[in-house]
Amino acid sequence: MKKAQFNSRWMPYALLMPQMAIIGIFFLWPAAEAIRSSFYLEDPFFGTGTFVGFENYSNVLTDPNYRRSAVFTAAFTLTVVFVSLGLGLLFAVSADRVLRGQQTYKTLLMWVYAIAPPVAGLIGVMLFDQHIGPLTDAAAAIGWNLQIGVDYWDTAVAITVVSAWKQIPYNFIFFLSALQSIPSSVKEAAAIDCRSETRRFWTVTFPLLAPMTFFLMILNTTYALFETFGTVDLMVQDQPGNSPVTLVYKVYRDGFRGNDLGGSAAQSVILMVLVLVLTIAQFRLIERRVHYS
Amino acid sequence: MTRVRLTDHLVLILGVLLMMGPLVVAFLTSTHDHVEIHREGMQFTLGAEFAETYATVLTREGGFTGEITGLLMTQNSLILGIGFAVGKIVISMLAAYAIVYYRFPLGTFFFWVIFSTLLLPLEVRILPSYEVAQQLGLLNSYTGLIVPLIASATGTFFFRQFFKSVPDELLEAARIDGAGPVRFFFEILVPLSRTMIAAIFIIMFVVGWNQYLWPTIMTTEEQYFTLVRGIKNVMQQMIGADIPFYNEALAMAVLAMLPPAVVILVFQRMFIKGLVEQEK
Repeated sequence: MKKAQFNSRWMPYALLMPQMAIIGIFFLWPAAEAIRSSFYLEDPFFGTGTFVGFENYSNVLTDPNYRRSAVFTAAFTLTVVFVSLGLGLLFAVSADRVLRGQQTYKTLLMWVYAIAPPVAGLIGVMLFDQHIGPLTDAAAAIGWNLQIGVDYWDTAVAITVVSAWKQIPYNFIFFLSALQSIPSSVKEAAAIDCRSETRRFWTVTFPLLAPMTFFLMILNTTYALFETFGTVDLMVQDQPGNSPVTLVYKVYRDGFRGNDLGGSAAQSVILMVLVLVLTIAQFRLIERRVHYS
Repeated sequence: MTRVRLTDHLVLILGVLLMMGPLVVAFLTSTHDHVEIHREGMQFTLGAEFAETYATVLTREGGFTGEITGLLMTQNSLILGIGFAVGKIVISMLAAYAIVYYRFPLGTFFFWVIFSTLLLPLEVRILPSYEVAQQLGLLNSYTGLIVPLIASATGTFFFRQFFKSVPDELLEAARIDGAGPVRFFFEILVPLSRTMIAAIFIIMFVVGWNQYLWPTIMTTEEQYFTLVRGIKNVMQQMIGADIPFYNEALAMAVLAMLPPAVVILVFQRMFIKGLVEQEK
């Protein structure tokens, strides 16, 4: 807490006004509305609702489509998190070690961060296209007839690949800055004690990166769950019926296309609980890190 | 030692191929004729149609209304990117100033309200947010596009953390010289925060430029489309076509990624600083 502060009855409230107004109108009100309508069966055309208790929730949770989508989302999230973390770490470790050309590598490896998920999705659709896609040709060379937009699993693979690719630079940047903040005295001491670079990495460097890795896991999970919306939207090419979709995409589709307001709201609330858990996990980690450093 | 360096270079070169390859192929293909692409697949050489395709995409009036051009969409994207970044910085600086420099009864309460926004990403409250915007008459307007996106816990935390690190002596000295809260803010705190502001501006510009979900549901009139929002329509037109205009679709994608990419390239150090600091 600051020792020196100003005193004013109204000034702090005036300063907080813009932020609070936006939060109230565009965060709290819609969230309350989502919670309320998750307990109602609403008629989208007449705006009338009947209270149905937890029926929307039980409908959602017993719906085979929802389960299918939840299973896909879980597998998708795990794959995206581990692939992008692994490759981000691999590139960061190498980039940290080289002397010549480090800056160039760094720039080229982080550039994809700038690309919006739907733009990545569009490029992905082209690369996996059945007529013009070089990746489809490459798959055909090993006897895999890749058909995105037609085959459920092929589309799932393509969406996962593009989403993981898009997230690599993010992990690369964080890992590289963590590696570069390891004091050189630690690195030198380790180098004297252990000649094997690989062993040194796993026994000294990697444990030092562990808090950052856990932290990134949570950020990556949030990315895979929410920010991939654009990628999914582009890559299912308007035929989401038989394509793999994430839970977030399903909220959007059931609400806007399917007009199932109550069901969509119940799905929103389920996701809110998920974000709550993730945020608590994230803040516990930060506290712990601050505590020990 | 030398052998290790070689493997590192090999890993990095493969990494660069993996990361940049798709972008390079997308750009190269966009410089070819669409019939040629349809016949031969994506291209790995520079074609002859670069100027023509990009000029068409930027200036041809397309869409259903015939009102929208690539240039107009670029302009909308800039408005969204800059408006989003400036808006976020202004309101989160003000809020952080109140929280750090004033002692008032509801301070902690407001802090937690701001914190709660982390629990409510747009994606989980999308339908009711749309309804609120609709009731307020904000659909198809720049206000509706920008304002709902700018409330920010991360920005407020970022500036709060920074303000806390500003030495108390500065405020005491300013007070002795007779500066009030407004003067202290503008003449001492803002100049001190310059690099912080620049770093967060770069991140927020990229994030704002790349917004997709909110613009998609908020703007149905084409004159408000951003480049990233327009990608969806490009895609829909492609699905219906016999020989899709792959070249124009990819040119749009290149246009949509170019400005944030250039910003990151030019302000690389600040960008990394902003990104890494922001998440702490």
